Amino acid sequence: MEKNKTDYNRRAFLKSTFLAGGGMMISFSGLAKLSLEDKINPADLPADWHELTGYIKITSDNIIKIFNPNPEFGQNVMTSLPMIVAEELDVDWKKVVVEMGHHDNVKFGPQFAGGSNSVRMYWKPLRDAGAAARNMLLTAASQTWNVPVEELTTKAGMIYHEKSGKSGTYGEFASKAAGVSIPKEVKLKDVKNFTVVRNSQKNVEGVKIVTGKPLFGLDYTQEGTLIAMIQHPPAFGMKVKSFDASEILKMPGIKDVFTLKLYEDGFEQAGFDTRTFNDLLVVVGNTTWQVMNARKKLKVSWEPKGDTKDTMAGRNGKREVIVPGALESTATHFAKMKEYAAKPAQLLRKDGDPETAFKNAAKVLERTYNAPFLAHNCMEPMNCFAHVTDDKALIVGPHQAAGWIEPTLSKVLNLPADKIDMQITRMGGGFGLRAYGHTFVEAALISRKVKAPVKLVYTREDDMTYGIYRPIYTATYRAAFDANKNLIAFHVKGGGIPEHPIHANRFPAGAVDNYLAEGWEIPSNITIGAFRAPRSNFNAAAEQSFLDEVAEAMGKDPIEFRLELLKRAKENPVGKNNEYDADRYAEVLKLVKEKSGWGSATNKQYSRGVAAYFCHNSYAAHVVDIIKKDGQPFVERVTSAVDCGIVINPDAAVNMVQGCVVDGIGNALYGELTFKEGVPEKNNFTRYRMIRHREAPKKIDVHFVQNEINPTGLGEPPFPPIFAAVANALYKSEKKRFYNQPFSNDLQKKS
Amino acid sequence: MPVISLNVNGKTVSVDADPATPVLWVLREHLNLVGTKYGCGVAQCGTCTIHLNGNAVRSCQLPVSAVGKNAITTIEGLSENGDHPVQKAWIEQDVAQCGYCQTGQIMTATALLKSNPNPTDAQIEASMSGNICRCGTYLRIKEAIKTAAKQM
Ligand code: FES
Ligand code: FES
Repeated sequence: MEKNKTDYNRRAFLKSTFLAGGGMMISFSGLAKLSLEDKINPADLPADWHELTGYIKITSDNIIKIFNPNPEFGQNVMTSLPMIVAEELDVDWKKVVVEMGHHDNVKFGPQFAGGSNSVRMYWKPLRDAGAAARNMLLTAASQTWNVPVEELTTKAGMIYHEKSGKSGTYGEFASKAAGVSIPKEVKLKDVKNFTVVRNSQKNVEGVKIVTGKPLFGLDYTQEGTLIAMIQHPPAFGMKVKSFDASEILKMPGIKDVFTLKLYEDGFEQAGFDTRTFNDLLVVVGNTTWQVMNARKKLKVSWEPKGDTKDTMAGRNGKREVIVPGALESTATHFAKMKEYAAKPAQLLRKDGDPETAFKNAAKVLERTYNAPFLAHNCMEPMNCFAHVTDDKALIVGPHQAAGWIEPTLSKVLNLPADKIDMQITRMGGGFGLRAYGHTFVEAALISRKVKAPVKLVYTREDDMTYGIYRPIYTATYRAAFDANKNLIAFHVKGGGIPEHPIHANRFPAGAVDNYLAEGWEIPSNITIGAFRAPRSNFNAAAEQSFLDEVAEAMGKDPIEFRLELLKRAKENPVGKNNEYDADRYAEVLKLVKEKSGWGSATNKQYSRGVAAYFCHNSYAAHVVDIIKKDGQPFVERVTSAVDCGIVINPDAAVNMVQGCVVDGIGNALYGELTFKEGVPEKNNFTRYRMIRHREAPKKIDVHFVQNEINPTGLGEPPFPPIFAAVANALYKSEKKRFYNQPFSNDLQKKS
Repeated sequence: MPVISLNVNGKTVSVDADPATPVLWVLREHLNLVGTKYGCGVAQCGTCTIHLNGNAVRSCQLPVSAVGKNAITTIEGLSENGDHPVQKAWIEQDVAQCGYCQTGQIMTATALLKSNPNPTDAQIEASMSGNICRCGTYLRIKEAIKTAAKQM
């Protein structure tokens, strides 16, 4: 049994209160150790980010209600986070009622879904909370029965005193427990004795989902709600010059057409206050259909907006960023990227003497990889409900981090935060897009302007062409070999628009004596942001394809080659700050090797590719098996191995990995958004190809490394390596390498 | 605007809407039946799938004026207590991730099983490929359809 200090700091609190009608409510708080990566800039986080609070309610008739503190976008935290509380509280999971916590960063902590952090950051505080509540119930029972607390045991929401034969429900003691002082230290269960966690539990919202209950932002409405839509410029780099709404104002149901500014000039934007278009041309009406139709008849003239200036807030003071005004095209993007790739870049990491090693090499292998902008295409298009009056605001919508938007809303609306009631709905997907706040601010401003409750709706076309995309990336990898085909140096130089993709301290850094990583960036007016495993989703694709070619050049099996590098990284690591644990990395490779029957003759019919990656503190490896179907390569089967520490909800975790695999195959083969003169060239699923049911693999076998390490991320880590596993399998199938995503473009060229 | 009479989930209802309004928006905004989802509006994603006389149709493409006396069934009317074998199979296989596409998937699957009680994998794939799941739950959708087929 693990003893755990509940370490409530000065600002945090743990409070226990009586429930009206009997029972207890315990609010808890603790420090979650956070290590954020990728797109999350710690400077942009609220100062009390690490404060974490939540609720358990126990009524006198033994109803146990657990609030899920964190937003739900398909990662299943509505189920997995309450499971953690229930485990330490020791209650019967079937009797637990789960409810989504209101947005409240004081009660519930950061409430941030992203960076695969939900379980990782809430794991300890939720265990503490469950254990503390159990402890208080036991104290109450020992006082009532007048027996030593050490003689009491619990099971499934019941308290037992074996000697006297007494027993009672938690509910019976809940009111008394509410008056017990909060324990300074709690005992946590031994992982081996878990009965809720590590056992598959069904999605607590499953029934609501399959019966079509109003769960999502787009489903929310109130009496008198108007529908608003934004007519955004047709191209990035444009803005509205003038408009004529006289005709559409005569159309049935149309209430108002106007422009407003998202942020005033000089507004200090926090990291997630992205603004794609600052001048909003808004159409408001009674119904979605009326507004959609009116927009088609709205006469607007647009003009180039020229260079603009963003003022970014940050912990080290504000800084100004110039956003170039020119209209951009994919063809010019590639030309520019070639040009930048040839120039000196920013040094990100250097070990040994790579320059000399490359000069003296017997052979150098050099390859360049490219990937396009991607749209998130959440199945539920962006939307938000807002009702703003002079003295308060109600905001309801799907958001990954409402707490980041609230300070912005407070500033923009000039309302104190406690006058802003934010409610988080279930999200029809997020994938990073819903961490950004502009939709919420837009809805709030529109409601204030029209003095009515408003639902801002993005059509699919708006959603796709008014996005915060995964950037376009490129990277050139070089490997140097000596005369005996030993790998003596490794070089990666990557760039993108507007950010580079390189994680310089990831594998194979640490495993090669001479190592060099460089990055460069090209500014742009196309807005970009987090997309499932930001940067990793490209890095893994490129690096793991390159390693496949390096292994081949050395005449080695791709898994054995990686294992050799990892052995080196473990026994005699090169350089400092290597982010990954070589043992855990090797373990997923060994597991996928075993489970896929790698090298076994029984798999001869498949063209097989392997890849692995570390990100978000977890490790994932896949073997992709391709067959030919109607003359075309088809991913028939995937074997996956994942180490994310303790798996909270095994069957749901399998679902998540399978989803990552399908999503990864889809984006690797088809995902692409191109631009022409600032105009996104796809605006709906007619042209933006999404992976379909018949294109998904027939089988995805998922295996988890069994260990008792505290849980780490799962929603992202399996996603990046699948791209490379597909590329490496395609090489076996098509006898040529695939360097440019989406791979279907090159497949089509061939046929 | 004209008042249009509709048969939705076994009840006669009347709505006051522009005759060209797609049934999708009539359901969602006039009748407050929001289980039918908007995903694309152009017949590409299947989230808006309903049954018209038992056949799966895309409600984003169906003007309310074209419905006439045909019976509309939405996810809310598929079963009284959420216990249609297809819904139960969806729970059993714990299919959903975000869940947004799933009502449309269920409506398409139910119509498939009605016309073909024992579909092969290839038939399931063909019938279900008009419904996008951005979260990638296709394998579980297939399993759930097979589970339901055994129970129907
Ligand atoms: S909304 Fe009807 S098919 Fe997409
Ligand atoms: S479950 Fe999210 S789109 Fe299907």
